[in-house]
Amino acid sequence: MNPSNYIILSAVLFSIGAIGVLVRRNAIVVFMSVELMLNAANLAFVAFARMNGNLDGQTVAFFVMVVAAAEVVVGLAIIVTIFRTRRSASIDEPNLLKY
Amino acid sequence: MSAPALVMAAEVQFTLPSVNYYAIAPILILFGAAVVSVLVEAFVPRGGRRPTQLVLVIGAIVAALVVTVDLRGTRLITGEGAIAVDGPTLVLWGALLVVGLLATFLMAERSVDPLGDAFAPRASALPGSEDEQQFTKRGFLQTEVWPFLLFALTGMLVFAAANDFLLMFVALEVMSLPLYLLAGMARRRRLLSQEAALKYFLLGAFSSAFFLYGAALLYGYSGSVNFVILSETLAAKPGEGTLVAVGVALVMVGLLFKIAAVPFHQWTPDVYQGAPTPVTAFMAATVKIAAFAAMLRLLYVSLGGLRWDWTPMLWIIAGLTMVIGSVLAITQTDIKRMLAYSSIAQAGFILIGVVAASPEGLASSIFYLIAYAFTTIGTFAVVSMVRNASGEATSLSAWVGLGKKSPVIAAVFSLFLLSLAGIPLTSGFVGKFAVFSAGIASGAAWLVVVGVIASIIAAFFYVRVIVLMYFSEPTEDTASVVIPSTFTTIALTAATVMTIALGVFPQWLLDIVEQAGVFVR
Repeated sequence: MNPSNYIILSAVLFSIGAIGVLVRRNAIVVFMSVELMLNAANLAFVAFARMNGNLDGQTVAFFVMVVAAAEVVVGLAIIVTIFRTRRSASIDEPNLLKY
Repeated sequence: MSAPALVMAAEVQFTLPSVNYYAIAPILILFGAAVVSVLVEAFVPRGGRRPTQLVLVIGAIVAALVVTVDLRGTRLITGEGAIAVDGPTLVLWGALLVVGLLATFLMAERSVDPLGDAFAPRASALPGSEDEQQFTKRGFLQTEVWPFLLFALTGMLVFAAANDFLLMFVALEVMSLPLYLLAGMARRRRLLSQEAALKYFLLGAFSSAFFLYGAALLYGYSGSVNFVILSETLAAKPGEGTLVAVGVALVMVGLLFKIAAVPFHQWTPDVYQGAPTPVTAFMAATVKIAAFAAMLRLLYVSLGGLRWDWTPMLWIIAGLTMVIGSVLAITQTDIKRMLAYSSIAQAGFILIGVVAASPEGLASSIFYLIAYAFTTIGTFAVVSMVRNASGEATSLSAWVGLGKKSPVIAAVFSLFLLSLAGIPLTSGFVGKFAVFSAGIASGAAWLVVVGVIASIIAAFFYVRVIVLMYFSEPTEDTASVVIPSTFTTIALTAATVMTIALGVFPQWLLDIVEQAGVFVR
């Protein structure tokens, strides 16, 4: 199978993630969309590693997974704190900082 | 596709990467100290944590600074091409460490707030709950900010020296993740602080995903994540435009977000206002240095050959950043928000030096960054001292007539504002002069004209604060200046001295940034 199909798939996943961040209103879902974007980048890295014939891209994918896991820890900590305060994870409600 | 498949199947020989450990010792010292700092949180009893952490943090930063000074003249790429230690890196490391040390002093302050320091005694406690009142009453202090500070500073040092996309992405996250948490830890106005953390986190993660996808596309083009190999590939096979153009654009989104350039600036005022003021000082000064360092290396080392493709884009962004930052700052009524918009405008001025794409552009950007960082630390130090009963008085109406109540602090703050506005005999003037000359030399005279116009707009709101402080009588709402402990005094004095010294005798720093030369490749 032609590896460039995987690149197209990764671009589609990345776009779905980016649109998800922009249109969804729940902080958890927004965060999941960001994770989808990171994993789309992982897929692109691995597909390009195959096309380029070296392992750099696969190494990057491992590092990205670790970073994404660390990001989940920090992100959920912040979202849970907000949820406990406001009893809601909607990103429309925290609107005290403006103008 | 059979040839690559064969390579993949063949036995892969792993050789141990050769690393010059002394050249990256400043990073290792800070990282080691950060790990120890986490252990201190786990094992040292509550009462002893603060002194232990302070000794550890200050000791580590000073040790890293000593090694950085000792490394001067080093010019090498180590870690199999991943990390570059050269003149600009070392100057920026030095600046990051000194400014980080001053920010440490601001974070260590606990005399200005009668309740303790600037951080919530327990950030996980519900704002206004019984738990939180108990923690406050017993005088508990949040000491977990110190490992965060060290990890963030480590990430910044790596970010400034990263010579490939993998390390740059990891450094970006190591730098950002602790800052997201620090932004949510303010002792007072907890809701604003938590909101700032949420906004900073979601938008920061969004932008770093763009950075990563752009890096993936550039890897697909060049077959390596290394900057030098990317520049060689660009020279060897021109013409594959789309992949490179999209890749560069996406990577730049991630970096422009970090420096808060228009149109990626929306997070800045919210985060600067909501975060605890010492943290605002820290990130306003150091993140800007680190992110500009990374951007300069990426553009100058690996994309220098594409200069004519990215300069027009950055011209527009620089112009928009200066004008929109300055215009929106005029409408602000909160001093921290006003300073946030001012920092957006300042990013635009530094971008003039970046798009010059010349050694003068590099030197002038570094000078401007250092001058800006010291002034910023000073402004936020003053903001943290001007208080009323409910904490920091950030509303501009509380600054009316402050010059009559506290002449010295008002004078120092006016000095910082004049420096940000670029008035002669302050560091801001020399910085602006340097980037504007580099901009004219590179042929972007119209951009410099925009810059001068933006400076005039910006001068209006800086001077407006000075007028408020001096040419009105104090009202009932006027805040008072709290006398801080030695920590803030040292930071404020250092910032004042540097702002004047770099304005009156700038030559020594200009010599240093010029001798630093260009990036190693």
